[in-house]
Amino acid sequence: MSENIIENQVELIHESPLYAEHLFNIGNFSVTNSLLSSFLALVLVVFFGLVLRRRIKEVPGKLQSAVEMLIEALLDLFDTVTHSRKKTLLFAPLIISFFVFILLNNWLGLLPGVGSVGKVIVEDGHHVFIPFLRGATADLNTTLSLAIIGVFISHILGVVFVGWWHHFNKFINLKALMEIPKKIWRDPAIVLINPIKLFVGLIEIIGELAKVASLSFRLFGNIFAGEVLLVAMSAIMAFAVPIPFMFLELMVGAIQAFIFSILILTYLSINTTLENH
Amino acid sequence: MLENVMLAKALAIGLGAIGAGFAIGLIGAKAMEAIGRNPESTGKILVPMLLVSAFAEAVAIYALVIAFSIK
Repeated sequence: MSENIIENQVELIHESPLYAEHLFNIGNFSVTNSLLSSFLALVLVVFFGLVLRRRIKEVPGKLQSAVEMLIEALLDLFDTVTHSRKKTLLFAPLIISFFVFILLNNWLGLLPGVGSVGKVIVEDGHHVFIPFLRGATADLNTTLSLAIIGVFISHILGVVFVGWWHHFNKFINLKALMEIPKKIWRDPAIVLINPIKLFVGLIEIIGELAKVASLSFRLFGNIFAGEVLLVAMSAIMAFAVPIPFMFLELMVGAIQAFIFSILILTYLSINTTLENH
Repeated sequence: MLENVMLAKALAIGLGAIGAGFAIGLIGAKAMEAIGRNPESTGKILVPMLLVSAFAEAVAIYALVIAFSIK
C-alpha cells in the first residue's frame, strides 16, 4: 500500500476551567466531577467515623491516646478564641467537622488519578479532556456553600444564646433609638450619638455578606490556584520539579482548612456573647 | 502591542500582588524582631504569624481569581 498516509493528529485540550465540568445527569440535576469528589470525601469521613467509633476503649491504646492528645490541644486552642470551656465543648464538633471535611477535600485533589483519569468529549469541534474526579474545594460552589452554612449557623446560634432582641439590636440598633427620650434631659448629646449607633449597626449587615465572600474566595482561590500551579509545573518538567510544589500544596491545604474553621469559630463566639459597650 | 485582555489580566494580578507581598514581608519582619528579642517565644509566635500571613495572602488570591476570570 502507499506509505503516504498522513496521520490525523487529534489535538486534545487539557485545561482546568474555573467551573467544574459536567459528567452526567440524574434527572434534571447535573452531576459534576467536583460533586463526585466531595461525595467520596463524605463517604470516607462517615466510614472512618463509624468504624473507629467501635474501637474506642476505656483504657486507650497508642493510636487512641495520640488522637486524644491532639483533641486536647485543639480544645485548648479553641479556648483561646471562645474564653469559655463550656462553649468550646459545644462548638468543637461543628468546627472539627468543617476542618476534617475541608482538609480531606483539599488533599484529595493531590492524589494521583484525581484530575488525570477521565474521558474525552467533543465540544465546539475541539476535543476536550474531562477528568472524572477533581478537588471539590477547587469549585466555588463547594466553598460558597460551606461559607454560607458557617455564617448562617453563627447567626442561628447567636439568636439561641443571647435572644432575638439582643441579636437584632446588634444590626438595627432600635434600643439606642428608644433610649433617646429616656436620657435626653440628663445627657443632651445623645440625640446626635444614638442615630449614628443605629447606622453603624446597618453597615454590619454588609459586613456579614463580606464574611461569606471572603471565606469562600479565600479557600477557592488558594486551592484552585494550587491546582493550576501544579499543572503548570508538571508541564515544565514532569519529574523532579513538582515535588516542592506538592509539599507546598499539602501545607496550603492544611493551613486553609485550619483558617476556615478558626474563622467560623471566631464568628460563632462573637455572635454568642452579650456585648456591653 | 499587547491586546487589552492580556494587559488586563497582567495588571490585575500584578498590582494585586504588590500590597500582599509587602504585607507578608512586614508580618515576617515583625515576627523576626520579636523572636530576636525573645528566642523562647518562637513556638508561640509561629502560629499567629502563619494565620495573619494567610489573611494577607487571601487578598492577592482575590486578585488572582479576577485575573483568571477575565476573558
